[in-house]
Amino acid sequence: MLKPRAFVKVGVFLACLMPFILLLVALAMGTLSANPIQDITQETGVWTLRFLLIALCVTPLRKLSGWNEIIKFRRMLGLFAFFYGFLHLMTYLWLDQFFSVPEIMHDVVKRPFITAGTAGFLLMVPLAVTSTRKWISRLGGKRWQLLHRLVYFSAGAAVAHYLWLVKADIQRPVAYAVVLSTLIAYRLFDALHSRRVAEQRLGRGAVLSYSRLHD
Amino acid sequence: MLIMKRPDIPYSEITPERTYINRREFIQSVPALLMARANTDERQTPYKDVTTYNNFYEFGVDKDAPARSEKNFKTQPWNLSVDGLVKKPQTYALQDLIRSLTIEDRVYRMRCVEGWSMVIPWQGFQLSEMIKRLEPASQAKYIEFQTLYDPSQLPEQRRTVLQWPYIEGLRMDEAMNPLAILAVGLYGKQPLPNQNGAPIRLVTPWKYGFKGIKSIVKIRFVEKQPVTAWMKAAPNEYGFFANVNPAVDHPRWSQATERRIGEFFKRKTLPFNGYADQVASMYAGMDLRKNF
Repeated sequence: MLKPRAFVKVGVFLACLMPFILLLVALAMGTLSANPIQDITQETGVWTLRFLLIALCVTPLRKLSGWNEIIKFRRMLGLFAFFYGFLHLMTYLWLDQFFSVPEIMHDVVKRPFITAGTAGFLLMVPLAVTSTRKWISRLGGKRWQLLHRLVYFSAGAAVAHYLWLVKADIQRPVAYAVVLSTLIAYRLFDALHSRRVAEQRLGRGAVLSYSRLHD
Repeated sequence: MLIMKRPDIPYSEITPERTYINRREFIQSVPALLMARANTDERQTPYKDVTTYNNFYEFGVDKDAPARSEKNFKTQPWNLSVDGLVKKPQTYALQDLIRSLTIEDRVYRMRCVEGWSMVIPWQGFQLSEMIKRLEPASQAKYIEFQTLYDPSQLPEQRRTVLQWPYIEGLRMDEAMNPLAILAVGLYGKQPLPNQNGAPIRLVTPWKYGFKGIKSIVKIRFVEKQPVTAWMKAAPNEYGFFANVNPAVDHPRWSQATERRIGEFFKRKTLPFNGYADQVASMYAGMDLRKNF
């Protein structure tokens, strides 16, 4: 029998896998559009961005709700972003370019939206690699946390990638940009706020060491 | 003495009587022979794909949006107004205007600027036939087309995705090219499905698909080159000519290859979408990098 917490974790895992499963089902049933490869590209791409943003919601949610348990799902959510990003990249490399290295290099150098997408994915690689407990202790919490700030750049690159590829209707990429900006703005305000609280509580001299502890 | 004079023309050169008697039939078959050159015998894209994978932004920007939201689109009655440099500016009931024109089947390749393509059996008439009937003035250098503007029927027109109404245009020689048609049907059937641009749309198979303006309500003959909807949206990305050209990339993506709907591997895109022998001469001496 699974413990309740493990049960929840399996549930979240399966929920995160649903977009992938639904895509496979639609592919098998032939219910995708006339251009299924395009659909696969779009779905995997948009779910990468969504999971990046969902993972970035964890900390604000925890702080605002006091629901500390939620932090336990952050790694899984981040790894799902990487998973969908990997599928998205493979769709491009295989089904769009058929692994033609010169074509791919040409695209990466010449097409800003491909450059941004590539950067967004590459920035996720060290985060996925160092996502284990072992790596946290190997790097030390402070350095690990610093490294994982790369996620903001990755998400920023993903939004730029989306924005630069659409033909005319920028509504959806702009919506993602707004969500990402809000999540980043929250963190900036939160950092400023904690600093001010610390200032009041401990006096000016202690602030520097406090902020070093709580960044 | 009887002198046998040889005839001036050898018998082998004389048209046989049978052919002479049927000469009208032969002449009538000439346009069909010429058309055989235009009609492709490549595998036709299934009807379902042609009618569910559409770019018709007025109904929504997703490919499946037009097929999902076309139900309440009214195409009867339909008026087409003709003005500008023309003998008689006038608004016509569509069926009156096209009644006497010859409807033909034309199987054309369609290459979208996004990098996919289809083979579509249209029904329509040559644009040139209609233009001759409308008698434009000699100063008319371009023809401009306009899509219906009616946000109550075309919901996406409530949002400024593009500047509505959709505008397209052709240079007069392009419009008179026998390949250019106004389509009124698809797959041997009329009317055209709404999502494909009912009741009347332009088809210029050597140009990117967005030139094929849909649900046309207005035609103007003008002296100056029209500014099209996509030129307004992104002048550095979409030019007036928009001829299919694998050598000139869209500023943001390559145009060298395309995915034919229904195929796994990509194909090489052909200059003028494979219609170069019929259209390339119109652009002789033009820099196609500048005039993209």
